[in-house]
Amino acid sequence: MDWSAISERFATVRSGGTDLQKRIRSLRRRLTLLLAVVGPGLITSNVDNDAGGISTYTQAGAHYGYALLWSLIPMTIALYVTEEMCARLGVITGKGLSDLIREEFGFRPTFFVMVTGFFVDLANVVAEFAGVAAAMEIFHVSKYVAVPIAAILVWALVLKGTYRQVEIIFFFACGFYVTYIISAAMAKPDWLLAARATVIPSIHYSSDYLLMLTGLIGTTIAPWQFFYLQAGFVEKKVGPRQYPQARADVLVGSISCMVIVFFIIVCTAATLYATGHRDITEAKDAARALIPLAGKWAGYLFAFGLLNASVFAASILPLSTAHVICEGLGFEAGIDHKFEDARIFYGLYTVLIAVGAGVVLLPHAPLWKILIFSQVGNGIWLPVVVIFILLLVNRRDLMGDYVNTLTFNIIAWVTAIFMIGLTIFLSYASLFQSSPPAP
Amino acid sequence: MELYATELMGSKAYDLQGNYVGRVREFFIEPADQPNRISHFLLARGHFPPLVARHDQIASVSVGEIRLNVSERALHLYEPNESWLAVQKDLLDQQIIDIRGRKVVRVNDVDLLELRSNGNTELRLTQVDVGLPGAVRRLLHGVVSPAMIRRLQGGLPQSTIRWEFVNLVEPDPLRRVKLRITHEKLEDLHPADLAAIMEDLSAAERQGIIASLDEQTAGAVLAELDERLTTQIVEKLDPSKAADILEEMAPDAAADLLADLPKETFDEVLEEMPGQEAREVRELLQFDPSTAGGMMNPDFAFVGEDTTRDEVIQWMRNQDLNLEQLDTIVLVDKAASFAGTVTVSRLLLASPDQSVSELKMEPLLNLEPDAKGDEVFELFDKYNLRSLTVIDEHKHPIGVITVDDVVSRLVKSQ
Repeated sequence: MDWSAISERFATVRSGGTDLQKRIRSLRRRLTLLLAVVGPGLITSNVDNDAGGISTYTQAGAHYGYALLWSLIPMTIALYVTEEMCARLGVITGKGLSDLIREEFGFRPTFFVMVTGFFVDLANVVAEFAGVAAAMEIFHVSKYVAVPIAAILVWALVLKGTYRQVEIIFFFACGFYVTYIISAAMAKPDWLLAARATVIPSIHYSSDYLLMLTGLIGTTIAPWQFFYLQAGFVEKKVGPRQYPQARADVLVGSISCMVIVFFIIVCTAATLYATGHRDITEAKDAARALIPLAGKWAGYLFAFGLLNASVFAASILPLSTAHVICEGLGFEAGIDHKFEDARIFYGLYTVLIAVGAGVVLLPHAPLWKILIFSQVGNGIWLPVVVIFILLLVNRRDLMGDYVNTLTFNIIAWVTAIFMIGLTIFLSYASLFQSSPPAP
Repeated sequence: MELYATELMGSKAYDLQGNYVGRVREFFIEPADQPNRISHFLLARGHFPPLVARHDQIASVSVGEIRLNVSERALHLYEPNESWLAVQKDLLDQQIIDIRGRKVVRVNDVDLLELRSNGNTELRLTQVDVGLPGAVRRLLHGVVSPAMIRRLQGGLPQSTIRWEFVNLVEPDPLRRVKLRITHEKLEDLHPADLAAIMEDLSAAERQGIIASLDEQTAGAVLAELDERLTTQIVEKLDPSKAADILEEMAPDAAADLLADLPKETFDEVLEEMPGQEAREVRELLQFDPSTAGGMMNPDFAFVGEDTTRDEVIQWMRNQDLNLEQLDTIVLVDKAASFAGTVTVSRLLLASPDQSVSELKMEPLLNLEPDAKGDEVFELFDKYNLRSLTVIDEHKHPIGVITVDDVVSRLVKSQ
């Protein structure tokens, strides 16, 4: 056979396309690369604005108007600093947080972290389903209809979906937070005043004010999110080369989370605070009160935002919890496994959703006590997890040149100690308080 | 009796005279000597420097108590030794590869077997515990009595892996040599299974495994691995090693892998590849990955259309063909233009002197390299193809798309 003739022809075949085509192709490739990384940071930060979070922001705006807005900037920094360390751990080591804790600190500390995590997250899941019930009440739907439907939806989503599909749905859920921006715009706030309050701190030395401030921080930085964030980057197989994109994802996530908090506080400050409805303790009351003040749609959008946030968090929390526990204790985990291969994973996941939704449906459920438990639990859990993260991220044998720099360590430890102090204060205050921590 | 590393941890050791020597804090194995024997016991007492008891200095072992057959003076001071495998530090809580189960698991505990011979007791590592009993022991050791733990774990489902089927993962190459960790057993796994295992490991561990596999296996694994991981791995490899591995891969798979590398790594690796392979890969990279040209493999079997069946078989015997994948042979005419295809099964059943052109598949199907992916998929679907020839503007065959290329594109685009 005439091989040389063929290979000659072969060499002349060129279909590289014009320069423009090439440039478009490289642009498309770069965009795909970015999208291959983005996600965990954005999703995690937005899930922070869950049912409990929205209630807290609502109270903050209703009771103190714009006065607490200044805290958002330091909170953004704290959120970014802690999340960035987790992202870095995941990207550099390629392992989940519970994997690393298990390997570096042994079985018992891992077990403690897992068991605490399970109960705290369970309480959080109850809070999310309570959020679903509250939001649907505004739309005149009974919780006995809304909560079971939401539970089944959430349960099926993970059982039937792949990681990518689930992530796309979560992206959409992130998008729905825009409803709060619209609600805020409809409330016609004094933007100039709000902007000034954001930049210039105004600190009151009353215990109620400090408690509110602590609550804000406590709901924004929750320990479970670190596990979810790190697992997200590991699952997406983000490597050291894409670390800048991962960091950008975390940064954008932290900022967008705080932007939403800003609008929720502005919305309630412009309406509830301005008209003297300052005793609001729950997000659904805020939605209801908004209707006469800013129009029917402002209230509905607010309630819809709450519904979205609750369902969103109710799908991520059980998933993340089941994942973390199985990963740390060495059971098969992950939604890409079949039921028979990962019984414990699916069992935990199902129990979290069933119990979480079931408690809300109990006629005289002590929801208030569960919410306190979830806050106190977060408070106990958070310092442990943050200290583990800080110890891990400073290990040169794990992180190589990606260990914390001195400056970063100072910021991170100050943040950690400050957060630990605040959460201990909050836990203490929640435990020894007979009525809601609302002002 | 079966013993567990966890329950022996903290046991008190006494010497020949019955003097307390210290508590057991670690067990070591010296793989270069005996792959499953506990070779040394680390004994620590308060703030004294820890001592080491060798396997032949142990008289008896039971839960809570270890007796030596020498006096304390005969023991040596502990000095860290890289060629010792530490049960607690290197094994417990770490990930290992279960060769038989073809997956990555985490070690909860280690099962030991007592071997008694006159005046001496040796411990042999029999299996690693990856299930609930081991977890319960780790959790309750020192809190509840060992007898109570044994009763508790009795009802739990067992999950253990025999030590022979355990493959350790050690990212540090020097330590790997000292510990005699080879990945020979991994080379017997199907590349797809090995790729799935690697996805469960950390970046450093993956790198360690790829570095110690032979080039052919490494190439096969890279072809199966998630592309986001292959680029990370190849980037960190020494360019000449990367080139050696890529040479073992099919040119289309190698081209796909190279296409995702950053510019400088790409150039370095291509530099190291021999002329012929590098040219093929370069040519493939000219094509948009979503077109027929981007999917095809330029290495394919082709014969003249007037050859007889026996000549073809004879020719095949002398070629280095990938027999696992080969099911179609391309026919070319005198001008080296595409003349059709013949399936291997038809060839098998033909008479020795039959000309291959009589065995041609109908209709004559082919595509230009710039044909879109969808056209390729449609042809495969419509005619139930297993391979399709790509031809240039002069009808010369330049590559073949096989059904596995189509399947992997379709899976990726999902």
